[in-house]
Amino acid sequence: MSQIDPATSRRASPVVDSAVSVRQVSKNYGDTKALENLSLEFPRGELTSLLGPSGCGKTTLLKIIAGLLPATSGQIEVAGKPVTGPGPDRAFVFQDFALLPWASVIRNVAFGLELRGVARSEREAKAEKYIRDVGLKGFEKSYPHELSGGMRQRVGLARALSVDAQVLLLDEPFSAVDEQTRRKFQEDLLALVENENKTFIFVTHSIEEAVYVSDQIAILLPRPSRVHEVIRPRISRNEGRGNIRRNTEYLDIVDEIWASLRSYVE
Amino acid sequence: MKIFGIKVPMMSSLLLWGLLWEVVGRLDLTFFVPPLSVVIVTLFGLVQTPVFINALAVTAYAFWVGVIFAVVIGIPVGILMGKSRLLDELLLPWVNIFLSAPLTALVPVLMVLFGFGTKTIIITTTLFAIWIIILNARAGVKNINRSLVEMSRSFGASPLDAFFKIYFWAALPEILGGVRIGVIRAVKGVIIGQLLISIVGFGALFELYSSNFLMAEFWAVLIVLFALAFALSEFLGYLERKVAYYAATR
Repeated sequence: MSQIDPATSRRASPVVDSAVSVRQVSKNYGDTKALENLSLEFPRGELTSLLGPSGCGKTTLLKIIAGLLPATSGQIEVAGKPVTGPGPDRAFVFQDFALLPWASVIRNVAFGLELRGVARSEREAKAEKYIRDVGLKGFEKSYPHELSGGMRQRVGLARALSVDAQVLLLDEPFSAVDEQTRRKFQEDLLALVENENKTFIFVTHSIEEAVYVSDQIAILLPRPSRVHEVIRPRISRNEGRGNIRRNTEYLDIVDEIWASLRSYVE
Repeated sequence: MKIFGIKVPMMSSLLLWGLLWEVVGRLDLTFFVPPLSVVIVTLFGLVQTPVFINALAVTAYAFWVGVIFAVVIGIPVGILMGKSRLLDELLLPWVNIFLSAPLTALVPVLMVLFGFGTKTIIITTTLFAIWIIILNARAGVKNINRSLVEMSRSFGASPLDAFFKIYFWAALPEILGGVRIGVIRAVKGVIIGQLLISIVGFGALFELYSSNFLMAEFWAVLIVLFALAFALSEFLGYLERKVAYYAATR
């Protein structure tokens, strides 16, 4: 995708290769406008955060990209193909984990593959690999109610990774886990973006989290919902993930975003 | 429960009630209540007779066929009602009416329509059991966590996959609760059907014993029926508890 939509080019720095393009998307619920004329590009292999106050439509946008909600108007393209519904090129990570409580960890992780008709031995081998990758080795036979919130979300993440989708959609994945687990998750997510060569779309309401993990941050504002600004934090991550939070660039961007958002927070 | 520091096993209060029955029986107050010991001796003699075995077989057959119809029709209908607004609007009033209706009054009509045999009894049994099964399956689906449904859609589940791999399992605790109550109602249905028709199964036996004042036999059959119904209900309660662990976390 070398051609850039004029609506986005005004704000974003030029994007050469988009994995996901959102063009002029509107979503109405009756008379209520949830999204209006929203355009956004998601560069391939990067993590883009959708950040904004509650009610700004960030989860709505994510679900439209996932194909779970139809847009009222506008167009979504994933890898050049228009989105008409859910597809194997996207995998979703849910805020409340959405695990099958009656199924073991391994069946949960393999569930996406099961729905695609992959043979049992094959999908379980694949699931085992991703269970190991997210650090849950030894819990294959456990059930979700026996795991902590953080571990449950690792299962959700492993499930999304195992279907090998090019685009990962994460809907406030860390909001239901405790602060320390959350930090560990954020560090792991950076490693994941680096190693997996997938496009990540990440919904969050935490400014610090967005700045910490993102290559690009789209700030959404409510009433009517629109893209206020697209920021590309260029924080050097070479000094190690532990140093990011002390980086002056990191602190400046957090402050800057807060300054632009504070008037919208009741 | 503990009495004077000694642990008393469950349901041992039944011994006390049994004793009371025995005493009342021995006092010879009424022919209607023979001593429990006599009833039990009669029971062991009776259960070996071909008459009893035949009645049990006929009843069990009508009961199980009726229950299977109620389950096989009731669960999918309930799940579909939970999923589809249209179907729900169409069927819910009927389900509610039949759930609270005095179905016994329908049995004579069924007799006219389907004859004085097993067919009518099976239909009566199904009619007694099915409504609560439908209603509970529907409630189970209504309570389903929306994100489970979105999850299955986002990973490309077909409607059939969603039905068998998500809706059915998610609603299972409620479904089993409905089946348990439905089965208890089916016991009522099968016996009421037989009593009203009174020429088949236990209905014929009751008719025979009560009209000839064979009270010990009468009570013996009743005790067997009560015990069977209770055991059935306990077994289904046990199944229900096995899935209770996820009822709270769906």
